[in-house]
Amino acid sequence: MSRALIVQRAGPAMSLQDGGRPGFLGQGLSRGGAADPRALAEGAVLLGQGGDLAAVEMAGMGGAFEATGDLRIALTGAPMRASVEGAPLAWGASHLMRAGQVLEIGPVLAGVYGYLHVGGGFDAPEVLGARGAHLSAGIGRVLRVGDRLAAGDDPGGEVGLCLSAEDRFAGGELRAVMGPQTAMFSPEDVARFEGTRFARDARGNRMGLRLIPDGAGFQSRAGLSIVSEIVVPGDIQITGDGVPMVLLVECQTTGGYPRIGTILPCDMPRAAQAPAGAEMRIRFVDRDAALAAERAAADTLRALPGRITRLVRDPWDMRDLLSYQLISGVTAGE
Amino acid sequence: MGQASRHSGADYPRIDWLGLDGLLVRFGDALSEPANRAALALRHAILREDWPGVEEVTGALVSTYLRFDALGVDAGALRARLEDLVARRDWSAEPLPGGRRIWRVPAVFGGDLSPQLAESAGLAGVDPDQAVAEITATRLRVQTIGFAPGQPYLGELPEHWAIPRQTELTPRAEVGALVVAIRQMTLFSTAAPTGWRQVARTALRPFRPESEEPFVLRPGDEVVFEPVDRERFERLREDPQGGAVAEVLP
Repeated sequence: MSRALIVQRAGPAMSLQDGGRPGFLGQGLSRGGAADPRALAEGAVLLGQGGDLAAVEMAGMGGAFEATGDLRIALTGAPMRASVEGAPLAWGASHLMRAGQVLEIGPVLAGVYGYLHVGGGFDAPEVLGARGAHLSAGIGRVLRVGDRLAAGDDPGGEVGLCLSAEDRFAGGELRAVMGPQTAMFSPEDVARFEGTRFARDARGNRMGLRLIPDGAGFQSRAGLSIVSEIVVPGDIQITGDGVPMVLLVECQTTGGYPRIGTILPCDMPRAAQAPAGAEMRIRFVDRDAALAAERAAADTLRALPGRITRLVRDPWDMRDLLSYQLISGVTAGE
Repeated sequence: MGQASRHSGADYPRIDWLGLDGLLVRFGDALSEPANRAALALRHAILREDWPGVEEVTGALVSTYLRFDALGVDAGALRARLEDLVARRDWSAEPLPGGRRIWRVPAVFGGDLSPQLAESAGLAGVDPDQAVAEITATRLRVQTIGFAPGQPYLGELPEHWAIPRQTELTPRAEVGALVVAIRQMTLFSTAAPTGWRQVARTALRPFRPESEEPFVLRPGDEVVFEPVDRERFERLREDPQGGAVAEVLP
């Protein structure tokens, strides 16, 4: 029997996620995938494996997972309270779970989406080229108590490694480029938009999040009579009530609300991870600056392996006990 | 936006960036048959060009979109290529893409699977029988697939069907629900709230993720709805295609 994690307790919005399904916009299917792709990359680096493997995405609240065999795991994205058999586990790190042990992941401490990775990735049937759930399209579903999450083949590797995550869990500034409908807003309103402090609305899901302005809302000069056209993740659409909505990975593929601009892909993890109430601002940049930002983000991702450090056991702090055992010479997966 | 720019004209086609990694060509700012035809034709032409770095080409009702590898290609050069292609011909006069099919889709009109037939007919100024006759007599084109996976925008119905969306949303339209607004129809592929009015229900599931061909309909296909009774509908629900039959158009 292959190694697996059995879900013993499930937060309300846990699902398997990977890089999603790009290429199906013409069939009405948005790409989906992890809401925070950077967290997927971090997990892959921590476990020394490919970035296209599936992980468990946990929105706001984790769950309890029993290992049916020895497993390497990594925890990335929004930090959550985690422990194995009562021993706290460091977030942003890799650990070993022994057969029969139960991993407890509690509520999020900052940000929104936490990720649980396993050596070999979670093995689930591929649908349209990916394993992740696309909840709004009805592909896959949220995880439930009793689900058996099989792990793929794990060649093994070191655990007890950590990677300090870029802080993207408290809102802040998002950079955007203007788009085909920016001119539907008056220059005064575009300037006011940039100067506005927004608070991330508590409502939101993988389709999008609302940003409540600290002043008046925004209205396009075209009103609400725009013919539906392609919308993409990152688009900032202004709905009928004048409140901006940032579209996320599971957004619809066409829409008729005017869009004031599009958030840069490299700033989307920060957008998705902003917790309810977080203060956010949006700044327009020109295409050259946007491209430079995107290149810098890609360079940072490529440099991740060089930023790995070992978890060090502090005798006064037992948090990393499990990892410490690994550093002492136990190799997972063997 | 003045009235003068409501239709494709001197301002169109327009090319704009959409996000850091996309280009959008719009053929008008309102739905029209020529603009829809142009969007379909340009999409197929770009696919044929097979430009390096282009990762996806798709269309909406009156626009064509391409997504490219922003870090891997010279976006300015790609835009210039696109501008050149767009300027090369009158896309609204191009033939529709080949391999199109006509679908005959059984649908129940009337009764509880058709909750807003009378209301919609009233808004269109006809009685319900006449409404069904008009809807089933119209060969509707799949103008685009969008909103939800496999979900077709179908058009157009006769002009008096330019009925508005509802002000309140219907909380849930089921898969297979046939709804109408603004001379268009759509056939729900996932259960979702809607501002359109439901006039019929089919047993066709336009998105079947478990199937070899998950997306049943393609842009350019034509659809004709054929009235069936409730009993027949219930039997058709066991057919993966809900009794829909396709024939390749000559």
